[in-house]
Amino acid sequence: MSDPTNAAAPNPLIPIPRGPVPLAPPAAARCQIEITIDGRKLSVPEGTTLLEAARSIAIDTPTLCYLENLTPVNVCRVCVVELEGSRTLVPACSRKAEPGMSIQTDSERVRLSRKLVLEFLASSVDTSTAPALRSYMERYDAHPERFGASAATVAQPVKIDNELYVRDYGKCILCYKCVEACGEDAQNTFAIAVAGRGFAAGISTEFEIPLPESACVYCGNCIGVCPTGALMFKSEFDMRQAGSWDESRQTQTDTICPYCGVGCTLTVHQQDNQIVRVTSPLDQQVTDGHLCIKGRFGWQFVQITAPAGPPPASTPKDAA
Amino acid sequence: MDLHLSAALPTEQERLAVDAALGIPSSGWTGGVRDIAVDGRTAASGHAARAERHLLLPALHAAHARAGWISPGALNYVSQRLDVPPAETYSVASFYGMFSMEPRPARVIHVCDDIACLTRGAGAICEQLENKLGPPGSAWLRSPCLGLCERAPAALFTEAGEHPREEALAPATADALCQIANSGVIPPGSPGNSVPQAGQPQLRLLQRIGKVNPQSLADYRAHGGYEALRKAVDMGPAAVIREVIASKLVGRGGAAFPAGKKWETLHNSRSNGRPHYLVCNADESEPGTFKDRVVMENDPFALIEAMTIAGFAIGAQRGFLYIRGEYPLATERLLHAIGEARAHGLLGAGTHFDIELRRGAGAYICGEETALFNSIEGYRGEPRNKPPYPTEAGLFGEPTVVNNVETLINVPGIVLEGGAAYAAIGTERSTGTKLFCLSGHIARPGVYEAAFGATLREVIDLAGGVSGSGRLQAVLLGGAAGGFVTPAELDIPLTFEGTRAAGASLGSAVVMLFDDTIDLRKILLRIAAFFRDESCGQCVPCRVGTVRQEELMHRLAGNHPLVSVTQEAAVLRDISQVMRDASICGLGHTASSAIESALKRWSIFQ
Repeated sequence: MSDPTNAAAPNPLIPIPRGPVPLAPPAAARCQIEITIDGRKLSVPEGTTLLEAARSIAIDTPTLCYLENLTPVNVCRVCVVELEGSRTLVPACSRKAEPGMSIQTDSERVRLSRKLVLEFLASSVDTSTAPALRSYMERYDAHPERFGASAATVAQPVKIDNELYVRDYGKCILCYKCVEACGEDAQNTFAIAVAGRGFAAGISTEFEIPLPESACVYCGNCIGVCPTGALMFKSEFDMRQAGSWDESRQTQTDTICPYCGVGCTLTVHQQDNQIVRVTSPLDQQVTDGHLCIKGRFGWQFVQITAPAGPPPASTPKDAA
Repeated sequence: MDLHLSAALPTEQERLAVDAALGIPSSGWTGGVRDIAVDGRTAASGHAARAERHLLLPALHAAHARAGWISPGALNYVSQRLDVPPAETYSVASFYGMFSMEPRPARVIHVCDDIACLTRGAGAICEQLENKLGPPGSAWLRSPCLGLCERAPAALFTEAGEHPREEALAPATADALCQIANSGVIPPGSPGNSVPQAGQPQLRLLQRIGKVNPQSLADYRAHGGYEALRKAVDMGPAAVIREVIASKLVGRGGAAFPAGKKWETLHNSRSNGRPHYLVCNADESEPGTFKDRVVMENDPFALIEAMTIAGFAIGAQRGFLYIRGEYPLATERLLHAIGEARAHGLLGAGTHFDIELRRGAGAYICGEETALFNSIEGYRGEPRNKPPYPTEAGLFGEPTVVNNVETLINVPGIVLEGGAAYAAIGTERSTGTKLFCLSGHIARPGVYEAAFGATLREVIDLAGGVSGSGRLQAVLLGGAAGGFVTPAELDIPLTFEGTRAAGASLGSAVVMLFDDTIDLRKILLRIAAFFRDESCGQCVPCRVGTVRQEELMHRLAGNHPLVSVTQEAAVLRDISQVMRDASICGLGHTASSAIESALKRWSIFQ
């Protein structure tokens, strides 16, 4: 304290007069890039993907493995566009705009590739709960039946090994979204990954062990991103089995999760006065569309369910 | 992330085998002995542990070679050692064809039933094995091309255990294979003559083969070895690259990209503060290709010297040599050569460059450069999207040059003679000499070296002409990803530009002959099956397209088209176009090229 060199040090007890709170340095202005899409010239900020550029001028590009809250993996190839000078088509979801690029989003080559990708998927996967894929099929005039009735499929029994959600990999188009959501892009749990190779590849835990034995924490973020209903709330699955699932009778209500202080926005899907599904909006800053087990599944307490049988027998511990 | 492991434990043998590959674990957190005094207040996972992920494939190899399969216990142990989630370890292990995820006998015979071996009786061998050893799956397996086509029919023997063994068996007979399967004793066989031109004075790339002892550095030096490295060091990196550019050397892996251009890009970014890597692609898996194997087995130091020169030129301190898992002898010879070079101060400590050898485990796709990076890094061998290109973001995300074995072994000659002298060999746009892999119905199968410009007919004549019935039906040029040509097209010059102009492709310089007794439909079906089997499954066009293509070929071959042959042909055209246009990588782009080329030339299906 008596060190003379420290004499000018501010006394922590005396408040220092404060100026205005400094602002974060302005983000470096992104260069604008000139590109041409379907003959229309436009200028987009550097780093924009072709998909974003196309969307900015209201060109609707189909996507299956792309989602705003995940890293693009560009595996489904349904978003391919024709880039002048490129030998092959390029995936719009991940290819970034470069100065002078000229893109065709609806050329014959593009339409053929999109049509074939959809035919490939629809001929090998059960698309009954994949409305987006089906609407694309109509748009691109896809006829999966032209590969014949004996075309190989990924049909397999539904995996029901827990009370919260089911995995019907006969509906899986291997878009990698659930793997990303389980791993690096959201939950950091890494309970599932793509196993095997080629047409036999599939989403799997290690040695295909049941979910309760795996690292799964039941955040349900895999269900949240699944584009085909291969991953589904058990509640929705049961109602579909019973024939009572009816989206036209459902309402969606946005609310805040009551559990903790994070304040995630929940979209509660309700049918017949029962909560049948909970999601979170993708554009919601707190969640980016992802939730945890409580927000996703922990809403049984707000609804009356029919008693499922005799009350549970008391355990020795309770007796003691 | 905390690892969530099942209760399965590795056997003591599995644990020791993995430790032999990775070293003794330093803490209880990574699978070592738990000691509260050491581990109690620390956590050893995180970035340091995860930076070891590139050891995943070597660790899996070790476990598999010990037990004959990847058991849940071994998988847990490997995951714990490297801090990799078990689901991801499983996802990587199950990607490779040589790994079994189910218990399997220690001794397994992998029988090649790919196209070159099919022309030499592999079908009959498989039939006999099925009768004597039961259906494929445990004691024996059907395998894609083993790269032993000059000695077809071929097989690969593997035996797990304390001293795992792997050995090529070629040419194979069903009786001999059964005996080996039962006894494990491999009778000494003659290695055969894979280089019929050996000893001829005009040879450049094959000059030392048959003359030099592949296991002696002194002998390699006595035959002019390491003179090029000495000269390169005197010249300096920039001058070496100038000569490589002047030589107009292009990549021999199939894409024919100018090698000097890649090298220059890395050389120019040498002071960007990022590590630079050299990767040698020795994952030679294109059916019918075996030239790199023959060079690596018989002149391994040539590749090590060439890699050292390349590493010096591009400013890399580490080089990775990624060799396919089916090449045990080449692996052994290269490891020995790397050891010798290190012992003599030509690599490693005291120098600025070292080479690590990495073995693949049965995946054609890992020959694709970005899939190869993923494989080395401990991920599934799935290709990455390009751009960014490897020179910008390659191995471990850093600037990387990838060169094929044959490309690299051209370099010492370029350094010694100068780029201009090299460029004088061959044609204007395809300079130097080329190694060709002759197999199938050819009198003297083997690797042949010829200056670019030789016609297909001349190369076939070099190898003694057509064998079998003596009546040539078709030639497969460039491998399964290449295309067929007819006997009327033998005057095609075997240059990059010449084959392209003829609507064919030089690819990996496969020249596989089929006489008129061969049913081409069977060959096409095998090619279709090959691509279906080897597609990594990442992108839809290739994953499903290769399956639909094979189904369609079966319908045509069985003469039961869905509507009509014409309609099937139209569907096939669509399938091949979407694979070519929309697949991520070269596998999908070329998965229908051989089939299309055949259907264009012959009316095989009526």
